[in-house]
Amino acid sequence: MSVELDVFVGNTTIMDEEVYQLWLDGYTVNDAVKVRMEGGVMDECEASKDVLLSDTMDQYRTFQMCERLLHSPAKLANQLLFQIPPHRQIMLIERYYAFDDTFVREVLGKKLSKGTKKDLDDISAKTSVTLKSCRRQFDNFKRVFKVVEELKGPLVENIRQHFLLSDKLARDYAAIVFFANNRFETGKRKLQYLSFQDFAFCAGQLISNWTVGAVDNMVEDMDVDLDKEFLQELKELKILITDKDLLDQHKSLVCTALRGKTKVFIEMEGSFKNLSRGLINIAAKLTNTKDVRDFFIDLVEKFIEPCRSDRWSAADMKLYLTHYTNSAHILDTFKHQVVWDRYMGVVKSCIFKMYHD
Amino acid sequence: MPGKLKAKIVAGRHLPVMDRASDLTDAFVEVKFGNTTFKTDVCPKSLNPQWNSEWFKFEVDDEDLQDEPLQITVLDHDTYSANDAIGKVYIDIDPLLYSEAASVISGWFPIYDTIHGIRGEINVIVKVELFNDLNRFRQSSCGVKFFCTTCIPQCYRATLVHGFVEELVVNEDPEYQWIDRIRTPRASNEARQRLISLMSGELQRKIGLKVLEMGGNAVVGYLQCFDLEGESGLVVRAIGTACTLDKLSSGSAPNTNTHMHPNTAPASNACNSPSKDGKESPLAHGCRSTHNSPVHSVCSSQRLSQNFSVSVPTLIFTGMGSGGSAGKEAGPLRTLLRQQTQTALEQREFPFFTLTSFPPGFLLHVGGVVSARSVKLLDRIHNPDEPETRDAWWEEIRQEIKSHARALGCHAVVGYSESTSICEEVCILSASGTAAILNPRYMREGCLDIGCTDHRFEEPSPPNCGFCHIPYDELNMPFPAQLTYCYHCRRQKVPDVLFTTIDLPSEAAVAGKGCLIQARLCRLKKKAQGEANATAISNLLPFMEYELHTQLMNKLKLRSMNALFGLHIQISVGENMLLGLASATGVYLTALPAPGGIQIAGKTPGDLSSEHISSIQKRINDTIAVNKELYQINPPELAEEGVGSPIPEPRHRSRLFRSHSESSDELSELDLSHGKKDAFVLEIDDTDAVEDIHSLLIDAPPPTGFYSCNTENMPGISNWTSGVQMFTSVRVLRLSNANLTNQGLNKIFTDLCENLLKSFYFKLRSMIPCCLCHLNFTVAVPEEELIQVTVTAVAMTYDKEQTQEKTAEKPVNKGSLEAEEQLQFPLELCADSSSSNIQTASKISGVGESTNMSPRAASVDYGSFADRCSTWLELLRLKAHTIRRGSVKTISSLERCSPLQEGRSRSLRSSRSFGGSSVTVVKMTPLSFLPGTRIIKYLGIINMFFIRETTSLREEGGVSGFLHSFIAEVFAMVRAHVAALGGNAVVSYSMKECVFMENPNKNQAQCLINVSGDAVICISETDQESSASTANTGQTGGSETDGAT
Repeated sequence: MSVELDVFVGNTTIMDEEVYQLWLDGYTVNDAVKVRMEGGVMDECEASKDVLLSDTMDQYRTFQMCERLLHSPAKLANQLLFQIPPHRQIMLIERYYAFDDTFVREVLGKKLSKGTKKDLDDISAKTSVTLKSCRRQFDNFKRVFKVVEELKGPLVENIRQHFLLSDKLARDYAAIVFFANNRFETGKRKLQYLSFQDFAFCAGQLISNWTVGAVDNMVEDMDVDLDKEFLQELKELKILITDKDLLDQHKSLVCTALRGKTKVFIEMEGSFKNLSRGLINIAAKLTNTKDVRDFFIDLVEKFIEPCRSDRWSAADMKLYLTHYTNSAHILDTFKHQVVWDRYMGVVKSCIFKMYHD
Repeated sequence: MPGKLKAKIVAGRHLPVMDRASDLTDAFVEVKFGNTTFKTDVCPKSLNPQWNSEWFKFEVDDEDLQDEPLQITVLDHDTYSANDAIGKVYIDIDPLLYSEAASVISGWFPIYDTIHGIRGEINVIVKVELFNDLNRFRQSSCGVKFFCTTCIPQCYRATLVHGFVEELVVNEDPEYQWIDRIRTPRASNEARQRLISLMSGELQRKIGLKVLEMGGNAVVGYLQCFDLEGESGLVVRAIGTACTLDKLSSGSAPNTNTHMHPNTAPASNACNSPSKDGKESPLAHGCRSTHNSPVHSVCSSQRLSQNFSVSVPTLIFTGMGSGGSAGKEAGPLRTLLRQQTQTALEQREFPFFTLTSFPPGFLLHVGGVVSARSVKLLDRIHNPDEPETRDAWWEEIRQEIKSHARALGCHAVVGYSESTSICEEVCILSASGTAAILNPRYMREGCLDIGCTDHRFEEPSPPNCGFCHIPYDELNMPFPAQLTYCYHCRRQKVPDVLFTTIDLPSEAAVAGKGCLIQARLCRLKKKAQGEANATAISNLLPFMEYELHTQLMNKLKLRSMNALFGLHIQISVGENMLLGLASATGVYLTALPAPGGIQIAGKTPGDLSSEHISSIQKRINDTIAVNKELYQINPPELAEEGVGSPIPEPRHRSRLFRSHSESSDELSELDLSHGKKDAFVLEIDDTDAVEDIHSLLIDAPPPTGFYSCNTENMPGISNWTSGVQMFTSVRVLRLSNANLTNQGLNKIFTDLCENLLKSFYFKLRSMIPCCLCHLNFTVAVPEEELIQVTVTAVAMTYDKEQTQEKTAEKPVNKGSLEAEEQLQFPLELCADSSSSNIQTASKISGVGESTNMSPRAASVDYGSFADRCSTWLELLRLKAHTIRRGSVKTISSLERCSPLQEGRSRSLRSSRSFGGSSVTVVKMTPLSFLPGTRIIKYLGIINMFFIRETTSLREEGGVSGFLHSFIAEVFAMVRAHVAALGGNAVVSYSMKECVFMENPNKNQAQCLINVSGDAVICISETDQESSASTANTGQTGGSETDGAT
């Protein structure tokens, strides 16, 4: 005796958020049933294991049927097959596109290609996110990337409109797309201490300040590429380290401002020239795609690590960078104030975000 | 040339990719009606084609308009090979044929393919212009309204109820024609779908003609069924109750129709059958079964010379009871009434009514359930134009029903229904109903309207107990029965138990809540062929009926209740077994005596198992006590004294088990006609009996917060809130073990049903407190070792705080809350959407969605939170739309072409710009009402038949995946049709047929589904004042959508 067929279909599609999450997390039906049993749902309504199994199967089927629609969320609102209340639609979409920070951290900056997809089982083993869930998340990244790649206009806005995501999630996807497009290196050991949210923040800074769209969002070009002209102009900043007078003047201005305000003043004074060279060299090299990829690793190696070994506190760091940036304005012979601000604004906030253990 | 049908193909969306090379589709559309076909241009390389076609015009007879569906086929153009069909849409244009219903059908329809399911959607507009018909001898019956609802529809008043109408049409089943062997499955399925659509159209037209002949204008309680007889053909049959309905003006509606079952007024029918001698077979307990017709074969009859037919002895389920002399002053009056009614009813052949609820005062007395079954051998239908054989079969059964009713002293049958079960060439025909006496004042024309004539007849009995009073003559009872004086009025006799197929009359006095009671039974039978098989089945039937009845009675007593409503007994035949399932809603009627307990007795006194017996007895006693608590059965004893009854108040509830023996003892002092009554005794004489008793106790009560019933109204609950969830569930069990016993099978079957219920409770737990209403179980034996149970029901939330208050009024506070939300909501959005993009809003509505979506819809369905979310989502969507180029097209031409539509479109647009999803929310319910709302317009009957087949079963997720998506597709198509009619709900929805066949080895499966219901526009109760005024101005389109929920 066995149940050959068992279905339950409601006029309004019934979906349990807990089961949806289990499905998204890649649990098999049987594992999901186990988790639900442990969760104590059986006590409600005197359910038995069979009831739970049948319910879980029903819901899994429903989700599978919905998955096609979730790939283009705008369809979900005007399809006729499932009658889903609007707030449920939002939940379905938001959860479907949600991802694990640990997983995304692994693929961040990698090419969203078949090759990477093949490595998902390794990533799955490493992050203990199920392979099924990894695939879903990876395909989501890829799908969003493909759609947005071709579009004009602001990146975050495009993602939000096409995938009906919340602002937060849209921003995260913008970061992922941006990283994938520019292939930023994030996997090196020295960068391991950084979380996805650190990178997402930096990506946000880069998108809103260093792309073409940042200056003029009506331009043909898109948000996903850095502003070439700007990168070219960055070379001009070299004068701050090549011109000896300018360098000394800058240092003395900064040191005057810092004196007495920090415990690590001596260290700051000592490493000023190195640090300044480090930052400006990063700027000057950004015209090379290769060096763009190494942007974050360079920031860490050239700036964050030296500071850390001198035991600067985060506040010291802030103080230093603020004065470092502002002092440049007082230099009479330094003419590239606008480029300087555009560069340092982003670098400053990125370093603030990245300066932690 | 009495009609012009016009159709326009606007656009498609979400089409499947038909050309792998380009990942696109070159779609065009064929529009066919009768033998005329039009084509649109090919819209090259698009998955969202915009055809914006001209109006295709068909000039046709109204007869064809009724019979034929409009067929729309979407194809992919292929230059070199044959065009590929993408899918089809059948549109039943019947709703456009009567003036009060829909004026236009316009909206997005799912494009359906019998192999692939839904493949995108198409936007279509259909209109009909009818010319005045001067031909008296016409074959059409345009204008007759059909309702599935089994009560007088809200917003109508019945001025006259004419009575029973029936019709059947037969044809060969295309699936079994020789050509099927060379046809593709798709072609075969489509031929079948088309044929059934045609046949139901024809059937409806023929019934309409009968109604017109009778002078009516509507059919209420329309029940249409298919018999898939396989080789021998296809039968489509229907029954209904012909009425003359008057539309209540919207202004007056709120006064007369504030509650769910509005005032109505049915009437007449005749019964002059020869009364049969019932062969009495008094049974150990309350079941009095009369074997009116001993088995007789009618092989000899000339008409049926080729058919083997067995008429099965039938049982009349009643409570015990006897009769007439009871009411002293009412006695002579009753006789008078009866005579009058009799004559009125004699006008009709069958005094049957398919209605299940009636206006107050219509139903005088209820006798009990009458049912008849007959086993027939199917034979090929030789001449489809003369479906005499089938007609004769049904005629026979109806005659039998009539005579049963007669035997119960009744002249009418209410809550009447018919069904069949077919296995190979054997067919069981069943009919059942409730014998009743109707008020003669509803029988004659002119007497109905006002209360003017009413006063001539004194109310023969108080409304809250009158229907329980026995209709039959006490001195000439059809069977021995226990009678007592009515516990309400103390004037007339009532039986101790009452079984009916109707809904609980709204005025009936009940104690506590009702509950679903089911009796389930399996009987093995030997495989056999032909006559031997039919005989075997007909021999088994009476035993099954008897056992089902016994189970029902035991379970009723176990719940301490004394009446069953909505009783439906289904017996389903398979190759090697028969399944019986009886469902009903148990209730405690305060007019009837308290049920006695159940006494367990050993076969012989001093049996060794006496300890065992006493332990069982204890369990039973405990169960009864628990149930009393659970269903809050505390009969109002004080009320009885208040009546000032002449009979000393029997204190029969001091102990649990002697109730009725005591009370009747006391009564017998006054009425010596009663013999000595025994308590209800179950005898344990063998292990089977022990099993039976165990199985009695298996039924788990619903978990806290749930109630269940299978009727329209849940006894004891009336304060519904707005949560509604209709669902369909199908479960198929494979019996692996060949050596099953009857007992084992029973257990399996019972568990199957119980587990289904448990699943429902679990799935719907978020709706607590909630009631599963109209639980409709259907059983089938699709193959030798398969048992299929299909359930359709609706879960409705109610307000727990007020459950005790029995009021027909809807909770007002709830409604006003909604109104408040609504106020805030558009305001917020107005600002939003106008600032975001007004153009977009109008563009989107311009895409041609005629579906109306007002913010209220969302608010009713999903609460205010949902509104806000939907707003947000919609806004996002709106914005997205502006960005995607080409995805929107203006459709100003559409508006121009459909002036009728204008009012609606405009209001649609405005409401849509206020957010909500672009798809109309369509609620569905098997009940005749939606809580918290009022139906302002019936748009027509929905009657759809679909076939789905697959040759890649595994790929579609196995049988469950296949059926799951098919049922979801059927729901989607029903909703789309309702929305296209301008409606927002389906009431009296039912899934009449769900035939599932599989062949896993071949990776194939096929399923047929037939659904029906009434498409309606309903508005929230709180809106009715405002909308009533708009409706009064005569707007047909505008007002509906304003407040549409």
